[in-house]
Amino acid sequence: MQPFAFEVAHLLAGLMVLVSFMLLYQDRMLGLIRVFALHAFVLSLSVGWQAHIQDAPHLYITAAIALVLKAIIIPVALNGMVVRLGIHRTIETVGGIGPTMLLGMGLVALSMVVMLHATAGATPLAREDLAFALSVVLLGLLMMVTRRNAVSQVVGFMSIENGLILAAAGAKGMPFVVEISVAFSVLVAFIVIGVFLFRIRERFDAVDIEAMQEFRGERQ
Amino acid sequence: MSITTADLPFDPVTAILVIPAASALVLAVLPGYRLTARLNVLATGLTFLGALALLVVRPAPGEYLLVDDLNTVFVVLGTFVGFTTAVFSASYIAHEVDIGKLTLGNLRFYHAMYQVLMFAMNLALLANNIGLMWVAIELATLTTIMMVGIYRTHEALEAAWKYFILGSVGIAMALFGTILVYMAAQPVIGEGQDAMVWTALVAHAHDFNPDLLNVAFIFLMLGYGTKVGLAPLHAWLPDAHAEGPTPISAILSGLLLNVALYAVLRFKILLAANPNAIAPGPLMVTLGLISLIFASFMLYRRRDIKRFFAYSSIEHMGIITFAFGMGGPLANFAGLLHMTMHSLTKSAIFFAVGHVAQVKRTQRLADISGLTESHPLLGWGLVLGVVAIAGLPPLGIFMSEFLLVSSTFARAPLLAVAVVLGLLVALGALLLRVSQIAFGSPSAGTDRVKASYVPMFAHMALVLAAGIFLPPLLVEWFQNVARLLG
Repeated sequence: MQPFAFEVAHLLAGLMVLVSFMLLYQDRMLGLIRVFALHAFVLSLSVGWQAHIQDAPHLYITAAIALVLKAIIIPVALNGMVVRLGIHRTIETVGGIGPTMLLGMGLVALSMVVMLHATAGATPLAREDLAFALSVVLLGLLMMVTRRNAVSQVVGFMSIENGLILAAAGAKGMPFVVEISVAFSVLVAFIVIGVFLFRIRERFDAVDIEAMQEFRGERQ
Repeated sequence: MSITTADLPFDPVTAILVIPAASALVLAVLPGYRLTARLNVLATGLTFLGALALLVVRPAPGEYLLVDDLNTVFVVLGTFVGFTTAVFSASYIAHEVDIGKLTLGNLRFYHAMYQVLMFAMNLALLANNIGLMWVAIELATLTTIMMVGIYRTHEALEAAWKYFILGSVGIAMALFGTILVYMAAQPVIGEGQDAMVWTALVAHAHDFNPDLLNVAFIFLMLGYGTKVGLAPLHAWLPDAHAEGPTPISAILSGLLLNVALYAVLRFKILLAANPNAIAPGPLMVTLGLISLIFASFMLYRRRDIKRFFAYSSIEHMGIITFAFGMGGPLANFAGLLHMTMHSLTKSAIFFAVGHVAQVKRTQRLADISGLTESHPLLGWGLVLGVVAIAGLPPLGIFMSEFLLVSSTFARAPLLAVAVVLGLLVALGALLLRVSQIAFGSPSAGTDRVKASYVPMFAHMALVLAAGIFLPPLLVEWFQNVARLLG
C-alpha cells in the first residue's frame, strides 16, 4: 500500500464524517438537502478512489450510482418537493444543536474505539475505513432520532446508507457491493416516490412526523 | 433419505423459487380478481408441494443456495402458511372488493406482491450466501411495506411509513453486520465470493477474529431483531399488523418474523463455532425476556383487536428468541416447536379476526361482544385459538411452553420465574379480552361470514393434533435441528 493512496482514502472517508456533522446542524430544509448532495458527492469520490487503489472496476459503477442518483437526481427531486410543499422553513431539532453535536462526537469516539479495537488484525486502510463508516452510520442514526420531519428523516436514512456503501467499498474484494448499492438505490427511490406520490402532506396535513403520531398508541 | 434429486421429475429448490417468481409476473398483468385469486392459491399450493419434496431429497449445497435440516423446517412451515393464507385471502379479498375497500387495480398489485413476498422469503431461507440472504430479506420487507399501505388511508400510510423507517434502519444495521462478518472471514478464507458463503464461513469460523465477530453479531442481532419485532425495536409491528389487509397480518406474524429469526439463528451458529467469540445466548435471552414481559403487560391496554394480537406476536417471538438463546437440545427443541405452533395458531387467529372485522365492521375491542351467540362457529374458533395461544393444555403451545419452562428451571430458575410471570400476565389479558369478545350479548353486525373457515380450522386441527400426539418422525427431525443449533 503506497502511503499516498492510503492518505487520500483516509482523507475522503474523514471528509464524509465531517459532512455528516454538517448535516447534523443544518436547520433549514434546503441547506440540509444541499449538504446531503455534498455527502453523496464525497462518497462517490471515496468509492471511486477505492476502485482505483483496489483495482476493482465494478466499484466505479457504485461510485457512478452514488454520483448520479444521490448527488444529483435525488437532491433535485427533494428540493422541488420541499419547495412545492412549502416547507423550506426552520427544522425543529430535539435537544438543540449543541447537545446533538456533543452526542455526535461521543458516537464518533465510540465507533473509533470499538472498530479500531475489533479490527486490530486487518490492514490499516480497512480499519480506518470501517471506523469512519461506522461513525457515518451512527451519526445518521442520531440524525434520524433528533429530527421530527419526514424529509429530514429520509435524508438521515440516506446518510446511513452512504456510510454502509463506504464500509462495503472498503471491505476489499467484497462481492455484491454493486448489487447492494443498486438494492439500496431502489429502496431510496421508493422512499422518495413514497413521499411524493402518496402525497404525505395531503394525507398527514404536514410532512411533520408530529402530526403522524396522533394515532401512535391506539385509535380511540 | 435414499432418494436423490435425479429421481424427481423436477428440482424442488428451483420449483420453490421459480413458481412464485413466475406467478408474480403473470399475476401482475392478469385482470379480474376471481381468476387471479385462484391462480394465487394454485401457485402457493404448488410451492408448498415443492417444499414437501425437500423432506425426501436433499440437494447438495451450492455457492448460493443451501438446503439443510434447519431451513427445511422453516421452508415447509412457511410455504404451508403461505398456501392456507392464500386460500383465506381469496375469499376475504373478494369481500373487500365487494364493499369497496379495494379496487381491482389494487388487487392485481396485491396478488403480484403476495408472490414476490413468497419468493423473497423462500430465497432468504434457502440462501447460502449472507449477502444474498440480506438482499432477500430487504425485498421481503419492501413488499410487506407496500402491502401494509395498500388501503391508502391515513392510518395505513402512517403504519407503512413507520414500518418503512424502522425496517430500513434494521436492514441497514444488518448490512453493516454482514460487512463485518465478511471482514472477519476475508483474511482466513480469502477475498471474493467464498468469504460470504455460509457453509464456508461455519467451516472456518474458529479462525476468525473474535472481536470483529462480536461487533458483527451485535449489529446483526439488533438489525434482524428489529424485523423479528423484539422490544424495544418493535414499534412498527402493531401498526403494520393493524392497518394492513388481514391476510398480510397473518403472513407477517406467521412467516416474516420467523424468516428474520432464522437469519439471527444462522449467525448464532456461526458465532458458536468460534471458541473465543462472545456467547450469543445471553443477548438473545435478554432481548427475548424483555419482549415477553413488556408485551404481556402491554396486552392489557390494547383497544384494537388486531393490535392486541400483534402484541401477542411480540410476546411469542420473545419466548422463541429466549428459547433459542438458552440453547441446548431441550430448549432448542421447545423453541422450534413453539415457533411452528405459534405460526399456525397466530395465523388462524388472524383469519378469525379478519372474519370478525368484516362482519362487525370494526376492529375496536369494546364494540365486539357475544360472538359465540351471533356467529357460533367463528366465535368458538376464535376462543379455541386464544386458548391455544395462551398456552393452555391440551394444545400444541402448552407443550412447547411446558418444555421450555421445565428445561429453564433446571438451568436458571430465576429466568424461569420471569418467563412464567410473563406467560401468566399474558394469559390474564388474553382470557379477559376473549371472554368479552366471545360471550355476553351480541353486538351489532350479524351478517353471515362470507369467507372460508377451512384455513382457520385446518390450522387449529394441526395445533390440537400436535398438542395430543407429536409424530415420532417430527420429533426426530426437530431433535436433529436442535443439535444443529447447539
